[in-house]
Amino acid sequence: MKSGSNLEKLLNAGEFVITGECGPPRSADASVVREKAKYLKGYVDSVNVTDNQTSVVRMSSLAGSLILQEEGVEANMQMVCRDRNRIAIQSDVLGATALGIRNMLCLSGDHQKFGDHPEAKNVFDLDSIQLIQTVKMMRDEGKLISGQEMAEGTEPRLFIGAAVNPFADPFEYRVYRLAKKIAAGVDFVQTQCIYNMDKFKEYMKQAHDMGLTEKVHVLAGITPMKSLGMARYMQKSVPGMDVPDEIINRLKGVEKGGQSKEGINILLDQIQILKEIPGVAGVHLMAIEWEERVPEIVEAAGLLPRPTV
Amino acid sequence: MIRSITKQKSEEEIDRLLDGLNRIFIVGCGTCVTLTQTGGEAQVESMKEALSNKGKLITGQTVVPVACDNLTGEILEDFGSQIEQADAMLIMTCAYGVQTMANQLKKMVVPALDTLFIGKETSLGQFNETCTQCGTCVLGETGGICPVTSCHKGLVNGPCGGTNNGKCEIDDAKDCAWTMIYNRLKDLGRLEAMRKYQQPRNHQGEPSPGKFNVPVMENGL
Repeated sequence: MKSGSNLEKLLNAGEFVITGECGPPRSADASVVREKAKYLKGYVDSVNVTDNQTSVVRMSSLAGSLILQEEGVEANMQMVCRDRNRIAIQSDVLGATALGIRNMLCLSGDHQKFGDHPEAKNVFDLDSIQLIQTVKMMRDEGKLISGQEMAEGTEPRLFIGAAVNPFADPFEYRVYRLAKKIAAGVDFVQTQCIYNMDKFKEYMKQAHDMGLTEKVHVLAGITPMKSLGMARYMQKSVPGMDVPDEIINRLKGVEKGGQSKEGINILLDQIQILKEIPGVAGVHLMAIEWEERVPEIVEAAGLLPRPTV
Repeated sequence: MIRSITKQKSEEEIDRLLDGLNRIFIVGCGTCVTLTQTGGEAQVESMKEALSNKGKLITGQTVVPVACDNLTGEILEDFGSQIEQADAMLIMTCAYGVQTMANQLKKMVVPALDTLFIGKETSLGQFNETCTQCGTCVLGETGGICPVTSCHKGLVNGPCGGTNNGKCEIDDAKDCAWTMIYNRLKDLGRLEAMRKYQQPRNHQGEPSPGKFNVPVMENGL
């Protein structure tokens, strides 16, 4: 056992896992996180807490993670390389583990241009792959990047995650980037939101044929469309996102009041397909500012009750 | 040829920097800023007009051949009293020129330009930053295209998830550095270079501030 987290135990047991997502508030209001925890507890196995996503300043992912864990929800603390150098990153890894965090997602981070402080200086002292390797070295060798060692039994026991985007170009390279993350030491990956199922199947086939799915747990990222407008926005304006016309047409086919329900129907169909794809170990449900719908989605997908090990 | 690329500061900022300084000597440069039309004869002339209209007294003006050259101080000696009676020199060169003059003349200097980067003219009238002089060159493993400079995140282990039809997610007019590297390595039959893990960069490679001494030969040359 690398970390002893619930997520690690379930994946090792071969359960089809479901992870959720929680964005901390743009304030010091802990009750926002506690409220979101209510809709996630018992419905998902672990919850990503985002780290100033889209470069907008929010309550820190470490603080959000701890609040979730106080509410009995296991956190998956996200960490981006945009805002910290290697000194701060390693320090936060040690601190987070000391405070009970067991899962960590290693990300490069969105460019600050997208956020509320576009004039900020970015860091990117490490990139996501170097971050994975750093955490793995800290955990498995008890060493910092500098070579400084820590006593046996005091290493940060973390289950190491990363994100992958099967849809960004060059498409042919993407599976090699996954291989690179595996070589660096990642334990599980969560994908960018999937809408183009055929392309995702092709990606998973490549990964499977290369033997990669035996070395890493792949959680397929899914996000329900709340409306036709959202689907159109995702199709046109979100870089690295592949939304086929088929999704747009399904939402167009129902009246406006029924679009969010149809969005959830699309998602439920996706989950059934994903369950059958070799190498898919679970789903990562990103119900962005729609956490209150998570219980009904998980129930309708037939994924309740959540297993325990 | 590489050039120091500059941009004129806003009128408000120049006004603020010159507040209370009424007698001004203006200097341009015949090299980079002439080429980029930010500090050549024409720009110095229009700056003189603009400042005169605001009631400043222009004690003199000149465009030196190469502002960053150590000879600049000597050249400016010819303008002795014009510079002496000025409250400040408004300098329309890159920051290398501004600092050269500040050191040589011991005179209050005010830059009229912001220095953006050292750029290479990649096509007529277009300058691009292709090297940030990081001190730890990776070009041997990236097909000769620099991701430290050309990737907005300076990533050295391949493209992030934001490549968008070969363009960068933060600027759809800019090619994704890693897509260019991928295509170059593919043409060269060296794609395996992108599968290799690159260690965290050594930022000590870039001394800050940079300093270099040409080795002195035994014969004194």
